[in-house]
Amino acid sequence: MERKTIDLDQGWDYMQKGITKLKRILEGLPEPPFSSEEYMMLYTTIYNMCTQKPPHDYSQQLYDKYREAFEEYITSTVLPSLRERHDEFMLRELVKRWANHKIMVRWLSRFFHYLDRYFIARRSLPALNEVGLTCFRDLVYNDVHVKVRDAVITLIDKEREGEQIDRALLKNVLDIFVEIGMGLMDRYEEDFEAHMLQDTGAYYSRKASNWILEDSCPDYMLKSEECLKKERDRVSHYLHSSSETKLSEKVQHELLVMHANQLLDKEHSGCRALLRDDKVEDLSRMYRLYCKIPRGLDPVANIFKQHITAEGTALVQQAEDAASNQASNAAGVQEQVLIRKIIELHDKYMTYVTDCFQNHTLFHKALKEAFEVFCNKTVAGSSSAELLATFCDNILKKGGSEKLSDEAIEETLEKVVKLLAYISDKDLFAEFYRKKLARRLLFDRSANDDHERSILTKLKQQCGGQFTSKMEGMVTDLTLARENQASFEDYLRSNSAAAHPGIDLTVTVLTTGFWPSYKSFDLNLPAEMVKCVEVFKGFYETKTKHRKLTWIYSLGTCHINGKFEQKTIELIVSTYQAAVLLLFNASDRLSYSEIMAQLNLTHDDLVRLLHSLSCAKYKILSKEPNTKTISQSDYFEFNSKFTDKLRRIKIPLPPVDERKKVVEDVDKDRRYAIDAAIVRIMKSRKVLGHQQLVSECVEQLSRMFKPDIKAIKKRMEDLITRDYLERDKDNANMFRYLA
Amino acid sequence: MPPRAPKRKSAPPNSLSVTSSDGSSVSSKAKTKGFVRIDRMFDSYANSSLGMIDPDGIEALCSDLGVDCTDVRILMLAWKLKAQRQGYFTQDEWRTGLKELRVDSISKLKKALPELEKEVGKPSNYDSFYSYAFRYCLTEEMQKSVDIESICELLNLVLGAQFRPQVDLLIEYLKVQSDYKVINLDQWINFLRFCQEINFPDLENYDATQAWPLILDNFVDWMREKHSSF
Repeated sequence: MERKTIDLDQGWDYMQKGITKLKRILEGLPEPPFSSEEYMMLYTTIYNMCTQKPPHDYSQQLYDKYREAFEEYITSTVLPSLRERHDEFMLRELVKRWANHKIMVRWLSRFFHYLDRYFIARRSLPALNEVGLTCFRDLVYNDVHVKVRDAVITLIDKEREGEQIDRALLKNVLDIFVEIGMGLMDRYEEDFEAHMLQDTGAYYSRKASNWILEDSCPDYMLKSEECLKKERDRVSHYLHSSSETKLSEKVQHELLVMHANQLLDKEHSGCRALLRDDKVEDLSRMYRLYCKIPRGLDPVANIFKQHITAEGTALVQQAEDAASNQASNAAGVQEQVLIRKIIELHDKYMTYVTDCFQNHTLFHKALKEAFEVFCNKTVAGSSSAELLATFCDNILKKGGSEKLSDEAIEETLEKVVKLLAYISDKDLFAEFYRKKLARRLLFDRSANDDHERSILTKLKQQCGGQFTSKMEGMVTDLTLARENQASFEDYLRSNSAAAHPGIDLTVTVLTTGFWPSYKSFDLNLPAEMVKCVEVFKGFYETKTKHRKLTWIYSLGTCHINGKFEQKTIELIVSTYQAAVLLLFNASDRLSYSEIMAQLNLTHDDLVRLLHSLSCAKYKILSKEPNTKTISQSDYFEFNSKFTDKLRRIKIPLPPVDERKKVVEDVDKDRRYAIDAAIVRIMKSRKVLGHQQLVSECVEQLSRMFKPDIKAIKKRMEDLITRDYLERDKDNANMFRYLA
Repeated sequence: MPPRAPKRKSAPPNSLSVTSSDGSSVSSKAKTKGFVRIDRMFDSYANSSLGMIDPDGIEALCSDLGVDCTDVRILMLAWKLKAQRQGYFTQDEWRTGLKELRVDSISKLKKALPELEKEVGKPSNYDSFYSYAFRYCLTEEMQKSVDIESICELLNLVLGAQFRPQVDLLIEYLKVQSDYKVINLDQWINFLRFCQEINFPDLENYDATQAWPLILDNFVDWMREKHSSF
């Protein structure tokens, strides 16, 4: 049967009935839902009208009428209902109308679906769905979005003030902004988000201005943290997720960035005060708040650095003051206390860095720079390098730290080595350490071999093998010396009696390069000792032929029996002291000058020796006149009346101040090191500008010391004179390497 | 008959042509005459046993020229002569130098002195003269530096006229400082550069981080301390 042609008006009438039914359903009026037949009929009507032969194919008209249906409904019903409502009520109505609209679009586009299949594609027209949404957008959205946005923002601000609002409603409203963009976020962003952000900014700006004046820093930070949390909450509940970053940044900016200085610098509660009062929690909060802001942590780290520097400098000053108040012989107790306190300070603030400040590099750097400032100050004439070396000596020597457990000692050594990293004159430390190590090793004053090796391992790890190679050599020398002594004793046993020195002799052979340099004097040895030296020389030559032995008597120890009237006492003295005492085997009474002539020592040394034997605790020699100091006109006699309750006493010789020599030696080494660095750099670069040469030189040497710029210039001049370098003829600031 | 090219007359045989080292022809008659006078001058001042002009001879020369022995112009003359040894002029040096100056008598030499001054003052020559002044003081073999006393005199002599205030202060400083007992060529050269480049007396554009010798850094520090009103 041929299909009957449907007339446009006729067909549209039929469709109109369907549309009206739909509207009634949407309006909530009593209306049964569409049955399958009704739906099919409506669909088929459209289908037929579109597939009729021209002039009866009404696709274009139907397409237009489709749109008009929406327009009519919106204009007659939807818009008025919105316009007569305000604020929250308007929002609710909008949500309702939008939901309805979507349903309407869904249904109508189903009815008119056939248009989607061919007509639209053929003419490249917007799809039915899009047409429907566009109608809403153009007629409703564009009309009301400003009001809507304002209503939403008002509610948000109410919520900020603590009122309860309908979050679900806002979510639905904002979903409209998103959906109306039809795939793009531009409606949401331009019509809502931008204004919301601006309002947020103004809101928090006002709050911040009040709070910054009234609140303490911790309170302000608490509030800020709360606000940020609430805003994030807001996003998760009704704002679109893409707003989170922008919103947080806006709030951060108003609360934390704009008032950063005022906040951190608050006198009684700002960053400085928090550090002073150890307010760990507040500082952690400060870190959390500022770490997300670019460069936000810079001022905090700066204050941290200043604080530590101030504390450290105060400790140094304390030690300086205490030292100047004490007698000069107080053996630097204050300085040792200082090192301990600095270690404690370091531990304390390192904990801050790892805990409060989450191990952030900025704070590691601040700590390092702070320590570098005060760890390089001098106290009572001693450089920090020397103090640290003395501190180590105190731990490692006998009677130094026997009360501490092995673990405690290890820990302390570990911390000391860490402190070394902050000291710029590392080479000075090495030299002092070496000198004291030599003392410990040679006079058997080392408490524990394992600790000695342990600290060398730690130093090696931190400063490199070259730093510790000499020290390790020294320790090895001692081990070898023990073996050597065993073979020496074998040698003595197996040789004739004539070869025997007649005294028990122990010799320690040191490898010159490893040990500090010692002056060796041409001491006139007592005959007994001369024999010892010769016997050992004989033995040594059987082992190696190509080495020269230089005897350092200043490091030797002698056990002498003093046959006093009351009883014989064994005296433990240095070789020099023994040499003096043995003179009295041949003469009863000697003058200063006679002793001087016989021994061939310097005045300084002789005065020290005679003082230790006649004016100190144990008066082995009696002096005429019996004054407290040695003068060149004094006379000395063996004090046969001397006695002590002990059978064996040690007569100490106060050590010479090695500081001056150490500093001299280190300065000399530095000159060579600078020379070598300059030559090395110029050899590889051939031509280099002055500033660059200086800065590369400083960098190369920084592992061991901080070279003085003037010293570098001086060395350069020397190298110019020695024809290693020349100044460029045309550019006075350039230098050339002369091969 | 074809015309014949006229024969060129040969040069008259009685004057010999001698070509000197720069390629120009000089009539030998004039040359020997010129050297004769120069040599005669040389002999009048030279120490016959040494075969060269010694300090006494130079003293005599100065007196004849009407200048003081310590006058900078004598130094300039030495420079012109490329004299190797301070206080002595060899015959070769004398001959070459005076020839270049185009003088062969005392009066001519005297007149040539202002010219010589101008020549030395030319930027292309001044650096050479300035370095020469230093090297002239190196009397011992292998000597690389000059003692402070001599340097002060030399500074006065060479730079005094042009840079009086700098030289006076620099000399004062050199005498009181104790870091350096001698000055080397590099330092000497930089003294000139200092005078030429650095504003005086405010020293505003002096930058110690540049490659100025340390002695000048110290000089500037001393100046700033001394004249802290600047």
